[in-house]
Amino acid sequence: MSSLKIPKPDELIKIQYRPPKTAWQDTPVEFRPGTWSYAGAAKNLTALGLPNPRAWQPADLDWKLPPDWREIILEGMKERLEKYRSFRLFMDLCVRCGACADKCHFYIGTGDPKNMPVLRAELLRSVYRRYFTESGKRFGRLVGARDLTVDVLKEWFYYFYQCTECRRCSVFCPYGIDQAEITMMGRELLDLVGCNINWVVEPAANCFRTGNHLGIQPGGIKDMLEFLADDIEDRTGVRVDIPLNRKGAEILFVAPSGDYFADPGTYTCMGYLMLFHEIGLDYTMSTYASEGGNFGLFHSHEMVKRLNAKIYAEAKRLGVKWIIGGECGHMWRVVNQYMDTMNGPADFLEMPVSPITGTRFENARATKMVHIAEFTADLIGNGKLRLDPRRNDHLRVTFHDSCNPARAMGILEEPRHIIRSACNVFREMAEDTIREKTLCCGAGAGLGNEENFEMRMRGGMPRAMAVRDVVEKFGVNRLACMCAIDRVTLTSLMEYWVPQVSVMGVHELLANALVMKGEKERTTDLRGDPLSL
Amino acid sequence: MNLIGSIIAISLLTLLALGISASRDLSGVLTAVVPYVAFAVFLCGFVYRILKWGSAPVPFRIPTTCGQAESLRWIRREPLENPAGAWSAAGRMALEVLLFRSLFRNTRVEIAGGRPVYGSAKWLWFFALLFHGSLLVIVLRHLRFFVEPIVPWVDALSALDGFFETGAPTLYLSDAGLLLALAFLFLRRVVVARLRYLSLFTDYFALLLIAGVAVTGLAMRHVFPADLNAVKTLTLGWATLSPAAAGETGILFSMHLCFVFTLMAWFPVSKLMHAGGVFLSPTRGQANDSRRRRHVNPWNAPVKVHTYEEYEDEFRDKMKAAGLPLEKE
Ligand code: SF4
Ligand code: SF4
Repeated sequence: MSSLKIPKPDELIKIQYRPPKTAWQDTPVEFRPGTWSYAGAAKNLTALGLPNPRAWQPADLDWKLPPDWREIILEGMKERLEKYRSFRLFMDLCVRCGACADKCHFYIGTGDPKNMPVLRAELLRSVYRRYFTESGKRFGRLVGARDLTVDVLKEWFYYFYQCTECRRCSVFCPYGIDQAEITMMGRELLDLVGCNINWVVEPAANCFRTGNHLGIQPGGIKDMLEFLADDIEDRTGVRVDIPLNRKGAEILFVAPSGDYFADPGTYTCMGYLMLFHEIGLDYTMSTYASEGGNFGLFHSHEMVKRLNAKIYAEAKRLGVKWIIGGECGHMWRVVNQYMDTMNGPADFLEMPVSPITGTRFENARATKMVHIAEFTADLIGNGKLRLDPRRNDHLRVTFHDSCNPARAMGILEEPRHIIRSACNVFREMAEDTIREKTLCCGAGAGLGNEENFEMRMRGGMPRAMAVRDVVEKFGVNRLACMCAIDRVTLTSLMEYWVPQVSVMGVHELLANALVMKGEKERTTDLRGDPLSL
Repeated sequence: MNLIGSIIAISLLTLLALGISASRDLSGVLTAVVPYVAFAVFLCGFVYRILKWGSAPVPFRIPTTCGQAESLRWIRREPLENPAGAWSAAGRMALEVLLFRSLFRNTRVEIAGGRPVYGSAKWLWFFALLFHGSLLVIVLRHLRFFVEPIVPWVDALSALDGFFETGAPTLYLSDAGLLLALAFLFLRRVVVARLRYLSLFTDYFALLLIAGVAVTGLAMRHVFPADLNAVKTLTLGWATLSPAAAGETGILFSMHLCFVFTLMAWFPVSKLMHAGGVFLSPTRGQANDSRRRRHVNPWNAPVKVHTYEEYEDEFRDKMKAAGLPLEKE
């Protein structure tokens, strides 16, 4: 967004944690450029069969809502209160203790009190109380209830698209109230009247039709992967093959498509391909299920299911035994929390057993889907890989726990194990900013677009500053992470706040160190940067 | 505004209590009818709310994980932070309910030197625990008004609670703890700008109401001693379903009762219901085992998907050109 005025880092950091004079109920939202995302384009809504496709933008005065929009939303709310205990409970349970208040990276980065998770939830709760509780109907504002007006709807839109559904707040709440769940419901409700953002709807529409977010067609996927194979050959002298849509393979591998289309994810993808080649894995990738990521998660439960369905369907069609999934954040939230329930049972697959080590992945017994970090950590733990960590000596690495694997799965040690085996200099960021307390990249959940740049830099500031700390203390120059969205969004975040640091995936680090059979003497890493051996 | 509103509400309640104690008839109602009504409202309301929450399905496993999951054999896992089964989930819930585990994690943030700095903030954890712990002890101590003879452990508890024997009659630790914690929780809401901003009328009212109960109770014990025999006759009467006429129990006692009964009746519709709701929280109460064990969504609705056949039909030529295998040539 060249037309947008983006504040410089030293201006942006001047954050005041001082709430405005007017009560939050009386403070309308202002759509300031740089802090919101463009509306979902009509063609994408139509492609997915979503309601109210039209031309509009959030900064417009008239949002062209359907005439009965209020009834639609309240009806939708009623339905969701009946379908999800989480929603019903989280509408009632909060004591407004404020323990979650300063935990959200958007609050830390903006000082806007409506970005405190508790208030973000109150935006929805106030309407819930007004229409669904006796006290709210009777006492109104006294018990924190308010009418559903167009202004309230706009406020929902602004703030529910300023939550990356990262769940950090949930870790600190004494009742585990999960703002991500509330935001999901809020976004589902907005969806019912056709209010969503294009960065969420377009990838979903693409994924539905072509199998991946960018809408790349089968030939394009093949070309891209062949291109990566060329690069691998150039760096290592080894030619890896790219099995696609191959029936009868033992394993289906599903990566986030960001890894084969966008730098620096491409290097991570090269890492997967090199690893699988080196251990001689009998696997295939698929053009139909060419996406592990699932923008349905930022949209509605229904959309999650529609997009996720491909993975099992393709595993069945190809006749594989089990599935490995790549380094992706919300893809794993979907696999871990929803996949088997929505699209299972996966009884046509077999219990995942590593063909190299014989390890049975008991923790994936039902979904039959193993995280590549588990798979690789197991290979390393069993001494099946030859690694030369000195090849990463030009890197001083720190690790960003991607929110979803960390807080929706608890996959914390596996990537660390791989990193420690693959490089000599690894430094953790401060305790309050890693593992379950990890800070978001600021642009997940569909917010990683350019028009929203200022808000992204604000939301990502806490993460960036934690990186800056280890840069100053330990001279860190590389940020490893385990999510394809992170690899893109953290890259712009680092350019803005900590330009001396670049971003990589864990399997890029591994592939640098991986000693392959028949390789030539390596003089560069996967990026073509000279090694410092 | 919310703060002032709640102070007004409490004052009105106090006036009401004064009015009641001035009239014999109304006092009779307060001591003979209201206790049963308040108790019934509390009990039925509590059960109703729990059933209402509990009746909504939990279609998906959504535990918040706060530590390493069960994974490879040689990776150390944290069952109490990331439970892999029902027992560890119960353990996690116990940690939460008994020790306020999540609040213990609390940090605070400020911008210093051009970056956010996180500090440990265990005050809320400490005073919340003190508050709830004291409240529990006080409620249990009150059992001595409702049973005759007094069960030994209630006496033992009281003795322990009054261990330091400061003042006469002894000042109970739990009373002091409760007052201290209430003061902290209240002041925090008033002083910290963002908390003041997010607080509703009900948040202040809850604290003031409990403070009202505590202050009148303490005043009866330490300043204007109530006739304990009269009180006990009355309370025993309630417990045995034969409410006796109120003796000379005094104004303070009437106020105490007014506050307590308001609290009881208000409990089920207020945020105080967190006491029951916490046990139902899907993010804390469930095990993180959805990859290991299949869970069924009771309303799993069908959705429109894009099948492989449709996909191949659309892209057949392109797939063929790229040399990809096809189902149909
Ligand atoms: S920590 Fe939980 S209970 Fe406390 S204000 Fe936040 S959401 Fe509400
Ligand atoms: S889920 Fe994350 S982004 Fe959303 S309110 Fe909580 S901490 Fe903020």
